[in-house]
Amino acid sequence: MTDTALSGHAFEAHDHEHHHHDADHKPGFFARWFMSTNHKDIGTLYLIFAIFAGIIGGAISGVMRAELAHPGIQYLTVLAEYLPGDKNFDHALHLWNVLITAHGLIMVFFMVMPAMIGGFGNWFVPIMIGAPDMAFPRMNNISFWLLIPSFTLLLLSPFFGGAGTGWTVYAPLSTYGEPGPSVDMAILSLHLAGASSILGAINFITTIFNMRAPGMTLHKMPLFVWSVLVTAFLLLLSLPVLAAAITMLLTDRNFGTTFFDPAGGGDPILYQHLFWFFGHPEVYIMILPGFGIVSQILSTFSKKPIFGYLGMAYAMVAIGVVGFVVWAHHMFTTGLSVNTKMYFTAATMVIAVPTGIKIFSWIATMWGGSLSFKTPMVWAIGFIFMFTVGGVTGVVLANGGIDDYMQDSYYVVAHFHYVLSLGAVFSLFAGFTYWFPKMSGRMLSELLGQIHFWIFFAGVNMLFFPMHFLGLQNMQRRVPDYADNLEYWNHFATIGYMIMAGSMIVFFVNVIYSLFAGKKAGDNPWGEGATTLEWTLSSPPPYHQFETLPVIDGGDHH
Amino acid sequence: MSRKLRTAMLAVLGVCFMTGLAAASVPLYRMFCQATGLNGTTQRGSAAPGATDRQIRIDFDTNVAPHMPWKFAPENRTDTVAVGARDMAFFTATNTSDKPVTGTATYNVTPAQAGKYFTKIQCFCFTQQTLKPGETARMPVIFFVDPKILSDPDAADVQTITLSYTFYPVDSAKAKS
Repeated sequence: MTDTALSGHAFEAHDHEHHHHDADHKPGFFARWFMSTNHKDIGTLYLIFAIFAGIIGGAISGVMRAELAHPGIQYLTVLAEYLPGDKNFDHALHLWNVLITAHGLIMVFFMVMPAMIGGFGNWFVPIMIGAPDMAFPRMNNISFWLLIPSFTLLLLSPFFGGAGTGWTVYAPLSTYGEPGPSVDMAILSLHLAGASSILGAINFITTIFNMRAPGMTLHKMPLFVWSVLVTAFLLLLSLPVLAAAITMLLTDRNFGTTFFDPAGGGDPILYQHLFWFFGHPEVYIMILPGFGIVSQILSTFSKKPIFGYLGMAYAMVAIGVVGFVVWAHHMFTTGLSVNTKMYFTAATMVIAVPTGIKIFSWIATMWGGSLSFKTPMVWAIGFIFMFTVGGVTGVVLANGGIDDYMQDSYYVVAHFHYVLSLGAVFSLFAGFTYWFPKMSGRMLSELLGQIHFWIFFAGVNMLFFPMHFLGLQNMQRRVPDYADNLEYWNHFATIGYMIMAGSMIVFFVNVIYSLFAGKKAGDNPWGEGATTLEWTLSSPPPYHQFETLPVIDGGDHH
Repeated sequence: MSRKLRTAMLAVLGVCFMTGLAAASVPLYRMFCQATGLNGTTQRGSAAPGATDRQIRIDFDTNVAPHMPWKFAPENRTDTVAVGARDMAFFTATNTSDKPVTGTATYNVTPAQAGKYFTKIQCFCFTQQTLKPGETARMPVIFFVDPKILSDPDAADVQTITLSYTFYPVDSAKAKS
């Protein structure tokens, strides 16, 4: 819906007495991109950053899949030759830990989060609520530029020995298991990324609560805005706990405190509690904006409002709330009592209820709709499929008893890649292909988009589905070698990786070609189903939009 | 204050609150473990309530931190005691180095659900121990198993409680840095 009282063109280039320039006046290159306070430019910077980080993180997983294609150690020793430090075999094995750590941290903190929240959030939250910009544009700038030194610290750490602690940075491995500056660099990198996200979260909360256009009540906000609002609250409440925990790690490492060292009365398990109190909301931080994106797209390409709008919005709120009280299901093997395990098993399974509400509402949105299977739509439907597969294995792993067997096996790796690597990434591609015409003013190639989707879909399923089998045969994660009988499916998964990587070439060709030679997109290339405010603006939108606020009348919900 | 600033300040307050909560979690976690026996944290008491007719086996497990030059062992590996009765066990520690070494012991019991019933009256682990080069010390622990364990359905299958100690050098944290 969002039946706007004004037509889209009334918002553009609206001269105001106090503004002698028009709304589309842009500053010079350096001022525009390096000192930017414009939410769309900062969103673009975030997206470029995320693509760059995604290429690095994806290349690292390529090295990992190459090593795992066959039993034994093939490439790690070669890699050790090219990095500073010892050239011995132990150091080569340590590099494996460095690779998994870097892959995890990069994908979580420098690819998914910047793309979802910094990229699409910055671009479309202000537009969707009819605001001219974010509440604190300069703070927005700081949020982005904090990520650059943060990422630099992480990328430099392999040259100082490499942080091989895993993305969880568990004590005691991270306290006295790995001396040297690289783990400190990784921890500081997390501090900066966390500060960036907290500032971003404050900005989003303030924007959404105070800058909605007249008539845009909370219960009329597009679901993507709802998802970013819930995500911002999760960030606000969980990241300070991570910051405190890794600060304690730093002081344990460098200043002789013993928060996590039993020698001084500390407890390493406490670190796990603190980490997962952050870590579990973090996985919802990565997926909730994806829920929002998928809701917008399904509604657009079904030419129907989303089914059960309020249920969808409050399901996300429920997921966010319950997400804070399930953290110990990551710690089932740390010696929790039976009663504790029972609680965390039950609480974890409760999350399947709001998640199920969302899945069924998406299907009900499509039901009876006038469907068109454009690229964003196939990505969104692919998301539902992938996320459901990952959700089913999640219910399996939620059982404390089964988890004793599955802990740290490839079954867990398969589970979280289905919900994150495939769930979050599919929703990122869905959002990218959906909003690319709006952001760039040009259409992506539909043919290349479809080719990319289908090859990517086949590749990632070949890559991750066999990991369920490997995990059930007790292949352990975080180990670069495995028993010979596991070779078949490992080799199969590596082929899947190569197919997926091949599809990414199609994607980049599509993006570069379309940026320069794509068909011009009109204001609303997706037709009558696209009802949110961004489609009332030109493509790309004017540099400053909504100088006259749009008025939302009392139509039905999204 | 503008509305925007007010919302932002409330958000900052939320960040401060969560940071404070995380910092406070260190003492809170210790108190929580002591109150509930989580992680096999044992209790402290002053007098044993008196023997019941149920016997329970206590195993003793001893460890020293890597690089700590002590030998540390129980005098008896195992002991059988009536639930509720006061019992005493002895441990010996020997400093095998040529320097005085001060150590402190951490402790817990397994299975974890026995933690809230395993009560110590006196223990060498409550204080630091210093051994001169080559010195051997005989160290007692006085404890009882609270009879309430008999009425706890979670602890119904507990036949054996293992009491474990690990000695750490006291200055190890400083030595590391």
